[in-house]
Amino acid sequence: MGKCLINNNIRKLRFMAGEMTQQELADRTGVTRQTLIAIENGKYSPTLELAFRIARVFQLPIDEVFSFNEGEDTLSTKSKTE
Amino acid sequence: MDQKERQILVTIISTVLITGFYVWYVYQKHVVGNLEILNDFKFWGRSFLWLIPLAVVTQIVIHIIYAIINRIVTNEDVPSKTDEMDKLIELKAIRISHLIFTFGFIGAIGLLAFGVKPYVMFIILFSSGFLASMVSEIVKLYYYRRGI
Repeated sequence: MGKCLINNNIRKLRFMAGEMTQQELADRTGVTRQTLIAIENGKYSPTLELAFRIARVFQLPIDEVFSFNEGEDTLSTKSKTE
Repeated sequence: MDQKERQILVTIISTVLITGFYVWYVYQKHVVGNLEILNDFKFWGRSFLWLIPLAVVTQIVIHIIYAIINRIVTNEDVPSKTDEMDKLIELKAIRISHLIFTFGFIGAIGLLAFGVKPYVMFIILFSSGFLASMVSEIVKLYYYRRGI
């Protein structure tokens, strides 16, 4: 699998939200716990809609939950060299 | 291994068992000592038609039994909800399985054009259908384990 370019702070944010469980966050965002685990571990990049839902649970803007890993992005490094 | 992966493993094992037993049963009951039946289109039609409802009903029964055992052992319910990741994995698996079946279909029809007996076409069709279904489940398992 290609490396996931989206980083996230979900684990930290869950901890700060009173050690919210993965199941609770999954229920509040309408996904399965497995999908949430995959997102937390960087194995799956969520859709924009799901990313907004997760950010809404923590009452934060989306860029405080997710960030783009530019260092790993082959497209941006290609365009820089051109 | 989580619930989804275990469910896929159950599907793989049950598909192998159902298909294996069915092929063995049909072979023992109809084909042994009567190889001429392989050239009978009615035999192939009946064999294919019977397999579909039998496989569906058996799969449902096996999954119900699995859900009960799983509930007793792990005290967790089998997930019934599908979300965006499940749908994406499903789509990728279907795409690959369709590709395999299409190659099998073209191969089977191609062999007919070269004068091979029709029963070879049916065997290839059946085998490619089985292979496509197996690969589909293995692809799902791969994506659930490795990420997508």
